[in-house]
Amino acid sequence: MIAALIARDVRRAIGGAAWLPVGFFLLVATLVPFAVGPDARLLARIGGGALWIAALTAALLPIERLVEPDRADGVLDQFALHGLAEESVAAAKIAAHWLTFAPLLLLAAVPGSLVLGLGADALRRSLVALAVGTPALAALAVAVAALTAGLPRAGALAGMLLLPLAVPLLIFGAAAGGDGGSGALLLEAAAALLITAGAPFAAGAAIRASRT
Amino acid sequence: MKPLLRFEAVALRRGGRLLFEGLDLKLGPGEALHLTGPNGSGKSSLIRLAAGLLRAESGRVERTALALADAAPALDRELALGNALKFWARLGGTSGKLDAAIAAMGLGELADVPVRLLSSGQAKRATLARVAASGAHLWLLDEPLNGLDGDGVERLDALIARHRGLGGAVLAASHAALRGEWARLELGR
Repeated sequence: MIAALIARDVRRAIGGAAWLPVGFFLLVATLVPFAVGPDARLLARIGGGALWIAALTAALLPIERLVEPDRADGVLDQFALHGLAEESVAAAKIAAHWLTFAPLLLLAAVPGSLVLGLGADALRRSLVALAVGTPALAALAVAVAALTAGLPRAGALAGMLLLPLAVPLLIFGAAAGGDGGSGALLLEAAAALLITAGAPFAAGAAIRASRT
Repeated sequence: MKPLLRFEAVALRRGGRLLFEGLDLKLGPGEALHLTGPNGSGKSSLIRLAAGLLRAESGRVERTALALADAAPALDRELALGNALKFWARLGGTSGKLDAAIAAMGLGELADVPVRLLSSGQAKRATLARVAASGAHLWLLDEPLNGLDGDGVERLDALIARHRGLGGAVLAASHAALRGEWARLELGR
């Protein structure tokens, strides 16, 4: 059953606009050299952090299509009638969102790092750090989407909710991308694990609470 | 015989307003209950309560596996109608019943049409076909006649009659009259 849910969400994401967040990610990364100037040393120093900010803003874009259409269309109710726990539905949505979001984001990080003038080593570290962080970004997106589903101005509210919650990821992820010798990657992995494990429960409770 | 749906002294409160209290009802195999009452009297809320999508303020609700048709079709808008229905039939493990349900609601020629292009009456037929294909013994229908034309109403009546003949039960909220023998429950008096 869960596999059918994941397959459905993956199909809808690919048929929808899975490339949109990634295009946005590249766009934000491209803005950085325009904003701080073409100084290669400066760019290389801030490039890892800039990639993370681009990734966080890109994670906001798909939020409105993750849960709200299914809530409004009665699909979440029908899942409940089929005996599926809201937490399972949320976990399936997280898995499906991660599958359609993370690989494209990692792929786009390569040209993104070229724009920012990152070296091969820094690119490798940034890719590892981003890869470790993407499950948590997907989980946060689904949890926030569930919390804001059905609310007016949900898009703006989602940004206000998601970005502060992603700060631990940002701190450790950007640090892991900058310095491979520090323990930042382990701390990032711990933060990502906590977020990914907790998100289905938060999202499940939010879906139940949104029923009227 | 064990009832398919039973309410015992159920009270429901929505938004601070008590919609009903001390409500008892029982639906056994072959039985059907027509829910009436003015707008806002709690018909849809009672159906969502019966479905387990709302919690009662007090009292007990017991139910078997059920299927719900309300204003939301719950069919993927970008899929062809046949495939959108197939998703739910597969999820419930009742794919074998789908073709008969599609034919019963007269949707055979629309199976390849994307759900987003269906008219509201066609979407209503599709919603009812989803319920008919579910294999559930208990059907909860919220305003099932909305948008249906004369042919659609006749098909629904036939579908309900067959379902009851096979030992199923139906709880329907509707302002319009429903054909066949129905027990009646009027809310909001």
